[in-house]
Amino acid sequence: MHELAITEGVVEAVTDRLPGARITCVRLEIGALSGVAADSVRFCFDLVTDGTDLQGARLEITEQAGRCKCRVCGSEFEPAGPILLCPCGSADISVLAGQDLKITSVLVA
Amino acid sequence: MCATCGCSGSAVVQLLPAGADRGLAAHGHVHDPGHEDDHSHDHSHGHDSGHSHGHDAGHVHVQDQAADDRTVVLQQKVLAKNDQLAQRNREWLRARGVLAVNLMSSPGAGKTTLLERTARELAGKLSISVIEGDQETALDGERIQAAGAAVVQINTGAGCHLDAAMVAEGLRALDPPGGSIVVIENVGNLVCPALFDLGEEARVVISSVTEGADKPVKYPNMFRQADLVLLNKTDLLPYVDFDAQRHASDLRKISPGAMMVALSATTGEGIQAWYDWLRRRTPAPRE
Repeated sequence: MHELAITEGVVEAVTDRLPGARITCVRLEIGALSGVAADSVRFCFDLVTDGTDLQGARLEITEQAGRCKCRVCGSEFEPAGPILLCPCGSADISVLAGQDLKITSVLVA
Repeated sequence: MCATCGCSGSAVVQLLPAGADRGLAAHGHVHDPGHEDDHSHDHSHGHDSGHSHGHDAGHVHVQDQAADDRTVVLQQKVLAKNDQLAQRNREWLRARGVLAVNLMSSPGAGKTTLLERTARELAGKLSISVIEGDQETALDGERIQAAGAAVVQINTGAGCHLDAAMVAEGLRALDPPGGSIVVIENVGNLVCPALFDLGEEARVVISSVTEGADKPVKYPNMFRQADLVLLNKTDLLPYVDFDAQRHASDLRKISPGAMMVALSATTGEGIQAWYDWLRRRTPAPRE
């Protein structure tokens, strides 16, 4: 359940950047290959923000699809799941997108 | 609640005493974001932007909105702080000439048994110390210490993984000499530790034949980042239904670049390849 730590990290990062601001909305981008489950972050969010400047804030999560490039055949593809296999059968791929876990913006009252 | 991992209290770091006395020799709490250690870094937060906090996302942009609320664009990685601390650990380890290995597996795969044997058999040949992570107790740390290695035990409380701040504290307590190896035995868990860079040079994941061959495909985030996969408990192969071929081919799909070594930490079969791997990566001692 590392999402608890992740969600704590969100609160800490926001309060570090905007000390004392009352936050009404937090927007996150969670990549499909980031290893973080968006539902678990949602589950933790109210618990973790309780008593902080983020208490009562809305959470908006944009899930970013994964994007890979095959080093063998050169094609780009969206992986079907966490196992990154090119349709050509190769496992030798590089990840172009979908690994990020970012706070994109917040709304301040 | 702890600000880094959400655990109910701070993690406890203790350097296990060399003798039989099991009191707390050095005891501290980690996670203080402004923690001081005596590493060779400017600890004012490691960047020169003049901000009071460690972030690398640059400026804060404010956009006016029609509503009363205003949007503040952050574009900041959630794990930026851990990543920065990890990078600081990495630079410190490199400057000192110390090889750090992040050893991960599910509980019971044989991390501690492997380290006990490694410490015993490499005594006098390679200098090894251990940062031992568990939720509770110093039991594993005491086992490894009895085998001859210096050990710092970190108890994470409710935390399910080690993070870079805990490891910085552990390194400070261990004070490893140049030309030595620090093995960071992570909390037994194939999920959470995969996300937290500790500043290690290499990641080693243990799979064991009693766990079933499908671990790499079930926990791809963990195995994808492995530099070395150790398949442990090969002495039990005659007694379990383990498809070694499937394990190897699945692993190649998840992590084509990972090296795999089959061994038994109990009998010592195949373990020389692990020792050779460590020796190849250990920096030469400095004058």
